[in-house]
Amino acid sequence: MTARMIGDPVRRKEDLRFLTGKGHYTDDINRPGQVYAVFVRSPHAHAEIKSIATKRAAGAPGVVAVYTGADLIKAGLGTLPCGWGVKNKDGSPMAEPPHPVLASGKVRHVGDPVAVVVADSKAAAEEAAELIEVTYNALPSVTAVDAAVKAGAPQLHAEAKNNISYDWHIGDKTATDAAFARAAHVTTLDIVNNRLVPNAMEPRAYIGDYDRATGEHTLFTTSQNPHAIRLLMGAFVLHVPEHKLRVVAPDVGGGFGSKIFHYAEEAAVTWAATQLGRPVKWTAERSESFMSDAHGRDHVTHAELALDKDGKFISLRVSTLADLGAYLSTFAPAVPTYLYATLLAGTYTTPAIYAEVKGVFTNTVPVDAYRGAGRPEASYLVERLVDKAASELKVDPAELRRKNFIPKDAYPYQTPVALAYDSGDYFSTLDLALKAADYSGFNKRRDDAKKRGKLRGIGLATYIEACGVAPSAVAGALGARAGLYEVAEVRVNPTGSITVFTGTHSHGQGHETTFAQVVAERLGIPVDQVQVAHGDTAQTPFGMGTYGSRSLPVGGSALVKALDKIEAKGKKIAAHLLEAAEADIEFQNGKFTVAGTDKSKSFGEIALAAYIPHNYPLETLEPGLDETAYYDPKNFTFPSGAHIAEVEIDPDTGTVELVNMTAADDFGRIVNPMIVEGQVHGGLAQGIGQALFEECRYDSESGQLVTGSFMDYRMPRAGDLPSFAVETHATLCTHNPLGVKGCGEAGAIGAPGAVMNAVLNALSQLGVSNLDMPASPERVWRAINDRRAAA
Amino acid sequence: MPNVTMTVNGKTMSGNVEPRTLLVEFLRETLGLTGTHVGCDTSQCGCCVVHVNGDGIKSCTILAVQCDGAEVKTIEGVANGDTLHPMQEAFREHHGLQCGYCTPGMVMSALDLVKHNKNPSEQQIREWLEGNLCRCTGYHNIVKAIKAGAEAMAKARP
Ligand code: FES
Ligand code: FES
Repeated sequence: MTARMIGDPVRRKEDLRFLTGKGHYTDDINRPGQVYAVFVRSPHAHAEIKSIATKRAAGAPGVVAVYTGADLIKAGLGTLPCGWGVKNKDGSPMAEPPHPVLASGKVRHVGDPVAVVVADSKAAAEEAAELIEVTYNALPSVTAVDAAVKAGAPQLHAEAKNNISYDWHIGDKTATDAAFARAAHVTTLDIVNNRLVPNAMEPRAYIGDYDRATGEHTLFTTSQNPHAIRLLMGAFVLHVPEHKLRVVAPDVGGGFGSKIFHYAEEAAVTWAATQLGRPVKWTAERSESFMSDAHGRDHVTHAELALDKDGKFISLRVSTLADLGAYLSTFAPAVPTYLYATLLAGTYTTPAIYAEVKGVFTNTVPVDAYRGAGRPEASYLVERLVDKAASELKVDPAELRRKNFIPKDAYPYQTPVALAYDSGDYFSTLDLALKAADYSGFNKRRDDAKKRGKLRGIGLATYIEACGVAPSAVAGALGARAGLYEVAEVRVNPTGSITVFTGTHSHGQGHETTFAQVVAERLGIPVDQVQVAHGDTAQTPFGMGTYGSRSLPVGGSALVKALDKIEAKGKKIAAHLLEAAEADIEFQNGKFTVAGTDKSKSFGEIALAAYIPHNYPLETLEPGLDETAYYDPKNFTFPSGAHIAEVEIDPDTGTVELVNMTAADDFGRIVNPMIVEGQVHGGLAQGIGQALFEECRYDSESGQLVTGSFMDYRMPRAGDLPSFAVETHATLCTHNPLGVKGCGEAGAIGAPGAVMNAVLNALSQLGVSNLDMPASPERVWRAINDRRAAA
Repeated sequence: MPNVTMTVNGKTMSGNVEPRTLLVEFLRETLGLTGTHVGCDTSQCGCCVVHVNGDGIKSCTILAVQCDGAEVKTIEGVANGDTLHPMQEAFREHHGLQCGYCTPGMVMSALDLVKHNKNPSEQQIREWLEGNLCRCTGYHNIVKAIKAGAEAMAKARP
């Protein structure tokens, strides 16, 4: 049989269980003797804890235990570690205040956990939690970055003067400033990147368990990276060695970054289970998710783009205040620095770039990676600037982009902000998108809309992202406190079926299918002969999990390397069985053949021989066919593309209708186009959500979270969105064996710029030239009215 | 604690529950039918949609005791043994699910839609899904799947 699996829209192996209600999500799991944890959280944005009275709660019916921060300190628990250290401009380390599992002394955001009640039932725990009396001394709070860095602002941490964790920069300031001095035109933009709540549909849930007989701890968790959690929680918080700690992330209902991080509740339930000798379960209510899942984005930026007289970008200067929230979440410091400012070249040849970023503490939920993580912020900034420049210079925005694109023959291309792009073709994705969106026919559509009293606008954005996170040595030099390679074990079973153990984790991406396709194509066996296991540290080798569109570029590359080893060993076995020289054995379509003969052995026969080594070169070769490979990427991968949005605005109500959304992306080689398109759709919806609907808001006076439920936080719904037009154009990644670049984040990166440029294009008919996300009816209506009032 | 009895996916099931127990809690905790999910605490997400006496309902908005004597269908009761229902098959064929968390609610809502409208348009499907959130798919393929599922159901009908 010929099995050309790579490139086929193979239907997903995981769907059967999800469609029949047989998925195994963490909250679906119940352990014998299980008790339930409920967290008591701060109602204040900022306060001193005077006292916590737990006695009444402890004596309430069904209550098994009550713990506060003091109990954890007494037990010697560590604080939640930060996995990335960023340096200040002067080379000194960032301020890294402790992040306690349960607050002690002070609470720093609404939702900060102060105590945990464990009881026989969830209801009993909830009732007892009401009986805990915490006496607070409320302090003034600050929930916005610009206010937090002002003199006299409330101070969150003694360690962080002026609430600044770090004052970081990148690029050549002298060259950048010099280019501005000779610019023919300078475009300036003040821009806010709105705070978002990731809101995976499955709330976080954990079950801690402890086996007194073996001393083994187990944590079931809604995590994107169980091995990382085991390392962080075991080594830094609970001081439990890895061989006694098993972390299982079963089916996980979406993550989008928010389930990467090590959270307080994970450590608390695992520790409580150890104290009680009983499994302890906690499942977040959605309102708890809003006030405890790491949020995303939240930048305030001033930027300037310098152009020469021909419209070439000659310099870019950026100054950003990035909100880190109240504590440093696991990867928070990296997001507005190395995942943001290094992308500011975008798809353009801008020769000089300088960016400075202050990471700022505020009395809000910690901010960390959310789909795209830094890259949407960079792309949005650059693309808004480019559109503004085009409109100021009265040139076609597509033309201005083309003029500044990195030429097709310039790869590898070194940007002035550290990254070296290996491949890309921005001209083709732009042309594809323009064609699919009928860009040239837009004027007629705008005029038609005008007759109907509507303002129609079209907007485009190109983007580049650095994915396939990450070359470990590079990441380490930049402050990462972890390796970022990936691992795969390919276990050939005696009858020739395959079990793959991957260190990546699937929470919707469909690895069970895609990874099986890679194996099936290579070994010439059907996809259903391949099982992909992930998510259990007791099963899989130490891998880093899934985020940063890394699973296929990094995890898939490890898989290919392991398959290389399988093939190499298979050839040795085949050479023995076929009595030929190893060098003469060819492997194709599931068969080992002696070159130029019809003598062959099937893959299954080789597998069987490896496990029943009756006729086997035991002197020189070990039995068995099971190989593990680690892959550390040589570079990031650089997916890119062009997105085009078309909107219609009702000037009387400010309502924006997204009428068309087109994406043309370069993901390198595509293993499963159906899955890739699905990833783009989902990313687009999140990007559109950011542009038009979503905004996490705090009350600046009280520090209260105003958007604390789906009633106030506007998630995109089916009726808000059109069907999407998705196109792809591939230039292969040059440094990984599959030529893949990753596709998970693209939609969320390109869409916000495209949609906002479309909104502003429409509003330009009324003279409105600036607007921040989300372009909600209220904000659009106000912009229109302010403009009318001014006119 | 009151005893409730209901027919769930064709089988008579009963259990003792506290009066405040929601139907979704009864299904998940008492009966172990964990296919029905909980995605919010404000009746906004639709992860919990089941059918009660033939009508789609968010099972987080109704008490178990209110369903005493009712006919309840959950995602576990949709397939015919090992054969997927045409609507489930359409979700698979059109990649209408990623993480799968919203999926049971989406399928149950879709079946409820088809009960009311045998041949829904894309616009009607999008409007019907007002009460169902999905964070993964951008709805594109869910809408396609529901349209195809409705068509397949129409064909399957004699
Ligand atoms: S759980 Fe969200 S609507 Fe029922
Ligand atoms: S498939 Fe994940 S929420 Fe819909």
